[in-house]
Amino acid sequence: MNPRRRTFLKAGAVAVAGFGAFPFVPRTRARIAGGMAGPDAGLGHRFRDGGFPEPSATESTNVLVVGGGIAGLATGRELDRLGRRDWKLLELENELGGNASSGRNAVSEFPWGAHYVPLPGPEAPEVTTLFEELGVIVGRDPRGLPVYREEYLCHDPQERLFVDGRWQEGIVPHFGIGARERLRIEAFLARMGELRSARGNDGKPLFAVPADRSSRDPAWLALDREGFVSPELRWYVDYCCRDDFGAASDRVAAWAGLHYFAARRGSAANAPGHAVVTWPAGNGWIAGRLRGGAGERCVPRTAAFRVTETDGGAEVWAWHAGAARTVRHRARHVVLAVPQFVAARMLGPDGAAGGRASGVYSPWMVANVTLRSMPPGRGAPPAWDNVLRESRSLGYVMATHQSLDAVPRATVLTYYQPLDEGLPAESRRVASGRGWESWRDQILADLGPSHPGIADLVERIDVRVWGHGMICPVPGWLWDGRRGALAKPRGRVHFAHSDLGGMSLFEEACVQGVRAARDVVARWEGKIDA
Amino acid sequence: MTDRSTRLLLLASVFVIATCGLVYELVAGTLASYLLGDSVLQFSTVIGVYLSAMGVGSWLSGFVSRGEARLFVRVQFLVGVVGGSSSALLFVLFAHAASFRVLLYGLILVVGILVGLEIPLLLRILKDRLEFKDLVARVFTFDYIGALLASLLFPLVLVPHLGLVRSSFLFGILNVAVGLLTLRVLGDGGRWSASMRVVGLVLLALLGGGFAASGRILAWSEQSTFSDPVIFARSSPYQRIVLTRAAGDLRLHLNGNLQFSSRDEYRYHEALVHPGLARFPRAREVLVLGGGDGLAVREILRHDNVRHVVLVDLDPEMTRLFRSQELLVRLNGGSLDSPRVTVVNADAFSWIEGATNRFDFAVVDFPDPSNYSLGKLYTTAFYERLGRVLAPGAAFVVQSTSPLVARRAFWCVDETLRASGFVTEPYHVYVPSFGEWGYVLASREPVPFRFHLPPGLRFLDPETTAGLFRFPPDMDRVPTEPNRLNNQSLVRYFEEDWAKVATTP
Ligand SMILES: Cc1cc2nc3c(=O)[nH]c(=O)nc-3n(C[C@H](O)[C@H](O)[C@H](O)COP(=O)(O)OP(=O)(O)OC[C@H]3O[C@@H](n4cnc5c(N)ncnc54)[C@H](O)[C@@H]3O)c2cc1C
Repeated sequence: MNPRRRTFLKAGAVAVAGFGAFPFVPRTRARIAGGMAGPDAGLGHRFRDGGFPEPSATESTNVLVVGGGIAGLATGRELDRLGRRDWKLLELENELGGNASSGRNAVSEFPWGAHYVPLPGPEAPEVTTLFEELGVIVGRDPRGLPVYREEYLCHDPQERLFVDGRWQEGIVPHFGIGARERLRIEAFLARMGELRSARGNDGKPLFAVPADRSSRDPAWLALDREGFVSPELRWYVDYCCRDDFGAASDRVAAWAGLHYFAARRGSAANAPGHAVVTWPAGNGWIAGRLRGGAGERCVPRTAAFRVTETDGGAEVWAWHAGAARTVRHRARHVVLAVPQFVAARMLGPDGAAGGRASGVYSPWMVANVTLRSMPPGRGAPPAWDNVLRESRSLGYVMATHQSLDAVPRATVLTYYQPLDEGLPAESRRVASGRGWESWRDQILADLGPSHPGIADLVERIDVRVWGHGMICPVPGWLWDGRRGALAKPRGRVHFAHSDLGGMSLFEEACVQGVRAARDVVARWEGKIDA
Repeated sequence: MTDRSTRLLLLASVFVIATCGLVYELVAGTLASYLLGDSVLQFSTVIGVYLSAMGVGSWLSGFVSRGEARLFVRVQFLVGVVGGSSSALLFVLFAHAASFRVLLYGLILVVGILVGLEIPLLLRILKDRLEFKDLVARVFTFDYIGALLASLLFPLVLVPHLGLVRSSFLFGILNVAVGLLTLRVLGDGGRWSASMRVVGLVLLALLGGGFAASGRILAWSEQSTFSDPVIFARSSPYQRIVLTRAAGDLRLHLNGNLQFSSRDEYRYHEALVHPGLARFPRAREVLVLGGGDGLAVREILRHDNVRHVVLVDLDPEMTRLFRSQELLVRLNGGSLDSPRVTVVNADAFSWIEGATNRFDFAVVDFPDPSNYSLGKLYTTAFYERLGRVLAPGAAFVVQSTSPLVARRAFWCVDETLRASGFVTEPYHVYVPSFGEWGYVLASREPVPFRFHLPPGLRFLDPETTAGLFRFPPDMDRVPTEPNRLNNQSLVRYFEEDWAKVATTP
């Protein structure tokens, strides 16, 4: 045989194998549309570097909320419930919702960040009430258990895991692992089940959502890592920590690691306790409903950059990108519903006092991948949450999973990746330098093995990087006393953000917002002294 | 012909052969990935097998001591036929071959060996016409360029514009053409050459026919999955619709699943409609969900009290077919064109959400809950919504798969309806082409057990009808979990129950 021909064919084989599906992948890739979505980088830089002009106008309101994430929107809603309708909310971005914002295209709505909420337990009545008011909970059964609106409960099948070349149902590994591994995982889950119903010496549950309503039993607060040796278990625990905190289990406090497993005590008449509620837009659905109630009082594209206390109130300077001017907002009370490192900057020279700028935030990348049709794959059928065992990403959530159409066709996959390979600051820097093509190629390569030929089905990929996505409960953040102090109002300036709850969860944001609104009204009515 | 032009022609054929050789390899690899998935694995093994087969081919060429030119022509014809029809063959046989991989690699081996024979043979044919140094250099250059051309042509032109089946026929034609050309250049003009020329021309015609008929090859490949002749096949965006007909028996298959046989569909449809509707002599507005074949509507229209039927079927192709195809219109009595009928093409779930009508009776005739998308149409969430478009005192019937084969699935539908707040009356019937089949009648309040059957029925009379509601012990109620969006218990029961039948012969 012709030796050159042979080398040529060999080279061909390598090239073909390297490209994945077919030798014409490059052409396919060039066809895929999309780009980087997300916050206005220019506004962000100006906020950091102080490049905004002096105010040229003044407006007044009773309560000014800064930040239109769940915490800020929940503040506004609670103020309304308490009959204080004279408030205004300033939000940096065009869309409200913050980490719970969402997008939509011709195929589906899709989340840009937060996508689900577990059934709220007895420690989070604020969330239960909100769900009743939004029609997520539609009634009670004779035992008093809440009846959830079936469409909003995550449809079955909920999860699958891609491992050893095929999809298995559920994400707790069970295929191709030894009996010993399985026993270890079962023992772990059983232990977590016990912890879930255990209470500390003060009679409170050991782990609760919100975290502040957990037991203060010192034996448990001092909890350090339990040794878990099984590699499969290790993977599972890592997956869960990365999922909730954006960092693997070796970087988060053991208390937080256990909290993931042992804090959910929700119940429902028509679903098991571990069920979750979700929508095609993810938590963007909730943000949309809250925003709808707020109406014109939400002012988007506005960067608040300075907060000062005044006689009988507080003043916020904010750059209104639409009108291209800075407005001085006078208010009797201000609620800063922004992350603490942002609040620290707004507060000026002594803003960082008490460790306000000391929180660690995990960066994330979220991509919405629009497909012409459902991607083929071996094994279990598509689920809501589709996890890849051998990947730095967490896999994807299928935005169309909650749709009721009988024949699924086009779909949007929301792909999640905590950027936790390096320390957060380093990962953030690397991520901000990466172009769209590089994310696109990484995502296609990552999804290739589980979905052969997926590149041919992809219509567009929209990518968003969250530089400071989630507060990371590194050792100390939860219980060294910092949080509690930072959550206290400074004069007429109140604070409400999920990071003050200790963990980046919908429930924390919601409870923080409700608490801030109640504090404001209590101050107002003179129930709390200045 | 001058020696120079002969040489040139032969070198040109090196080029064509090289292109063809690589194209077959790429076709096999692509097809294997299409049909078997896991493209990296498929491509690697296909290329591996192909390369070693070529090695075998060139090794075999060592055993040829004379008559290279004749052998070369034969090889060209063989490669043309086998390689050219390979992708059509693989497509057609995919569904049937017990071991598709054996067939696939068998074909690759044959083509590989033949392609491996080509170049050594040509080298030997040319060796008397060129200096050895030149010979090697030129042959290898053309071989190399041909392969390069193929690797570019295949992804950029062939696959997107011609498709796999047509591409391989095209290159089969080229191989045969090279054979014919060689015959012309090197042939001795004798009887052998003449007869080979005829063979070559016939092959060209056959491959040309294959090329022209490529469009229909996929349809043929489908034909063989049905035992009866296919008289109609079309893919709508939602499903594959296939009609077969043999000895007066017309059958409809959706995605390969039998929907009805014209021999006994009257049993299925009479039982679907009348045991419920005949108890509402004053029903005026009737809703049908699914059932785009118009056969349930045909039964409903027998009730003179019914003024208006709304049929909601997802697939416009279905309702169009059952309105226009003569045989089908005869079967459903033109029901879809009746002035009393309104046809809506929409997704049932979202249509109900927006509907403002109030119906006295509804027929729910969806495909079996064989996947999670269809399973949603059998959930408490769906039945609760359906309840909102029913008039007070109304009822509806749900086709509920086989209580004998999928016993838990059947009783799960019943349980789901009860969990949605309805009173139920399950019943069943024997349909020869389906077997024992079940339905559940549901209403907010119990319905009087009196049947006002319309005239003209072939299967039901009052006594038979009353008997349908009795269940013998082997089909009787079993406890099940109601089917909800968040547990899809029905799909699980359905799969497990039917899997048991599929594994016991
Ligand atoms: C990728 C990702 C996935 C997640 N998934 C989930 C999930 O599935 N379930 C869950 O419970 N939680 C999830 N979370 C956590 C999520 O952060 C919380 O659920 C919740 O949405 C946080 O709300 P928040 O109001 O506390 O904070 P944020 O959402 O951070 O809100 C702060 C708001 O302030 C605005 N802002 C900032 N600076 C300024 C300024 N200078 N002027 C005006 N406005 C400003 C921001 O634009 C933002 O809208 C996820 C987070 C990320 C990053």
